[in-house]
Amino acid sequence: MELLFENARLIDPASGLDEMGAVLVRNGRIAGIFLLKDGFSGEFTHLLPSQRFNLKGRWLVPGLIDMHVHLREPGEEYKETIATGTRAAAAGGFVAVACMPNTKPVNDDVTVTTFIRHKAAMEGSARVYPVACITKGQAGQALTEMGMLLEAGAIAFSDDGRPVKDSAVMRLAMEYARGFDALIISHAEELGLVADGVMNEGRMSQLLGLKGIPSVAEEIAVFRDIALAKYTGARLHIAHVSTKAAVELIRRAKAEGVGVTAETAPHYFTLTEDAVEGYNTNAKMNPPLRTEEDRQAVIEGLKDGTLDAIATDHAPHSSLEKEVEFDRAANGIIGLETAVSLSLELVRRHGMNPLQLIACLSWSPARILRVAGGSLRVNEPADLCVIDVDMPFEVTRENLFSKSCNTPFLGQRLSGRVVLTMKAGVVTHSLLESGFITLP
Amino acid sequence: MNNRLSVKHILGVEQLTLEDIRLILDTAEALKEILDRPIKKVPPLRGCTVVTLFFEPSTRTRLSFELAAKRLSADTVSVSAATSSVLKGETLLDTVKNVEAMRPDILVVRHSSSGAPHFLARHLTGCSVINAGDGINQHPTQALLDLFTVRERLGRVKGLKIAILGDILHSRVAHSDIRIFKAMGAHVFVSGPASLLPIGLEALGACVTTKVEEALASADVVMLLRLQKERQGRSLIPSEREYANFFGLVQERCLNLAPDAILMHPGPINRGVELTSELADSQQSVILNQVTNGVAVRMAILSLLWADRS
Repeated sequence: MELLFENARLIDPASGLDEMGAVLVRNGRIAGIFLLKDGFSGEFTHLLPSQRFNLKGRWLVPGLIDMHVHLREPGEEYKETIATGTRAAAAGGFVAVACMPNTKPVNDDVTVTTFIRHKAAMEGSARVYPVACITKGQAGQALTEMGMLLEAGAIAFSDDGRPVKDSAVMRLAMEYARGFDALIISHAEELGLVADGVMNEGRMSQLLGLKGIPSVAEEIAVFRDIALAKYTGARLHIAHVSTKAAVELIRRAKAEGVGVTAETAPHYFTLTEDAVEGYNTNAKMNPPLRTEEDRQAVIEGLKDGTLDAIATDHAPHSSLEKEVEFDRAANGIIGLETAVSLSLELVRRHGMNPLQLIACLSWSPARILRVAGGSLRVNEPADLCVIDVDMPFEVTRENLFSKSCNTPFLGQRLSGRVVLTMKAGVVTHSLLESGFITLP
Repeated sequence: MNNRLSVKHILGVEQLTLEDIRLILDTAEALKEILDRPIKKVPPLRGCTVVTLFFEPSTRTRLSFELAAKRLSADTVSVSAATSSVLKGETLLDTVKNVEAMRPDILVVRHSSSGAPHFLARHLTGCSVINAGDGINQHPTQALLDLFTVRERLGRVKGLKIAILGDILHSRVAHSDIRIFKAMGAHVFVSGPASLLPIGLEALGACVTTKVEEALASADVVMLLRLQKERQGRSLIPSEREYANFFGLVQERCLNLAPDAILMHPGPINRGVELTSELADSQQSVILNQVTNGVAVRMAILSLLWADRS
């Protein structure tokens, strides 16, 4: 079985390729990459019209990889399941996701990791890499069985949402993980300073009379974890960076050669604390939306490579958790399906190179997680994503595949949309009417 | 003159126009004499049902609203969190939807969560919501009665220096007062222990100082606030004794006030902490006038909201 994607703008951060050309897919793998500049002019006359996609200049990029999502299964299937969450991932252009361990029960045991892997293999529209807990029960005390969890398929370790408070435990975790060359992902917040805060501390929290979370809560935790990574030699990844100070700490650590990587989420470079106005619980997340100064620093961090990856922190919640008093509302928003539209703004408004943007969404997370994919290479599985950078995307309940619709972008019209996602040669999402017809 | 409010709900001071504020004050002034009549009841709210939903303890505000409603012949019902379904695990929205299904006209809500009345106003279609204090956010009717009291006593508000002292961080009264006195053209100074002066306070338009003397110099109005120990996760000051020493209002600190300065307090007062007993009971104190005016101002708010509905 052969398919040809032709007349595409091929963007491959792994090789630095950004050229017009075509990709031939055969039996689920990339069989050939042909560039217009090398004289390719639409050979393959043996292919039927139904086997040819004329992409008309749309972007053809490696299948995207989101290294930070919450799939809610097991335990909170009313919010999301592995099936619906990975379906939303496919709709957002993602062929793989790393899911955080704060399920019910938490993923601190081989049985849970194995369950997630099996379920994903059976029902998933995307590959699922489970992130297991650093400590049993996310309690911040006893280490999980990291070696066995890795064997069962865990990709990294994190006590996401409930950061390890005791520095000695974090040190131990990093030291032990280093023995397995395993990745530690830090949700960086100094909990004592977070206290009962519910949004960024500052002008807006004062105007709304809501208790604040100071940005130094993130700064201090990032500083600690970088210091521990430097001391132990562990591989550290900082999740969802939201503050200017954290970006600067990571920049400095990288310059010193510390083995640290970092991600941010689209909402941190798109929104500020102002989005909370009106007690909008769909703008409540952890870490909280910050100030314009922080937002600009996050964008700068992405552009200069301080922040390696864009991850969504896709966090589905139902109205039970969101249609409540602001301080009782759960943290988090869904993000898989809006990530590409929002991230394209970095290219449109902030002068980011498309190659770099796609790297943040594919090649970089693949390297950090040490998984396959994230590149366009002959003989590799055909993980592909086609992006129409101009197609409007109305964010409505009906247009979302996620089981939840807790997003501050609900009701908005975004620009740019994923029109096709292919995982190992299988179409996992397509806006095309049916089968293999030419795009309009 | 326009005699209609621009708003359907009273949620926060910043949502009121200057015309709204003046209308409420003028209406309160007209209604106040009813409180001194031998028969303290007039009919304008006949057929109006006012439900007070208090998810937090309150004596003064609740009584004030209930009396205000009864003076105007409304039917009043009071629900407190202790006797409500909240303890049975019902969500706030469900609780209030059920209340709404019984067709009240005006809902007076006090809640420990900032923004809870706004949340209810967004979800309720059939009734007006009055914020009777939400978390550490606002207490707009208190601000209106404070403003009324200042105007009544000093004859003007514009150009006055208002000093607000104490636990600004947790005081919803302060957050509403700063806004309303700024809006009316007064100069608002706030002071207290630096740990109780929140970051971002300047956004409300107040001059923030840690020097109490600076706030008090030539002040026309001194607003004292209670230390809200129940809202502090841990104590944000070393001791009450230390607080009284450096920030409490004592006679010596009153020497540089304006000659006819008044002392105010939203209550309940802690004698000997934020101010001395002598000052609380002095001629300068208008603390009990505030309480009386509270009923008049709430009568005005209820009748204006009802007039807009009917």
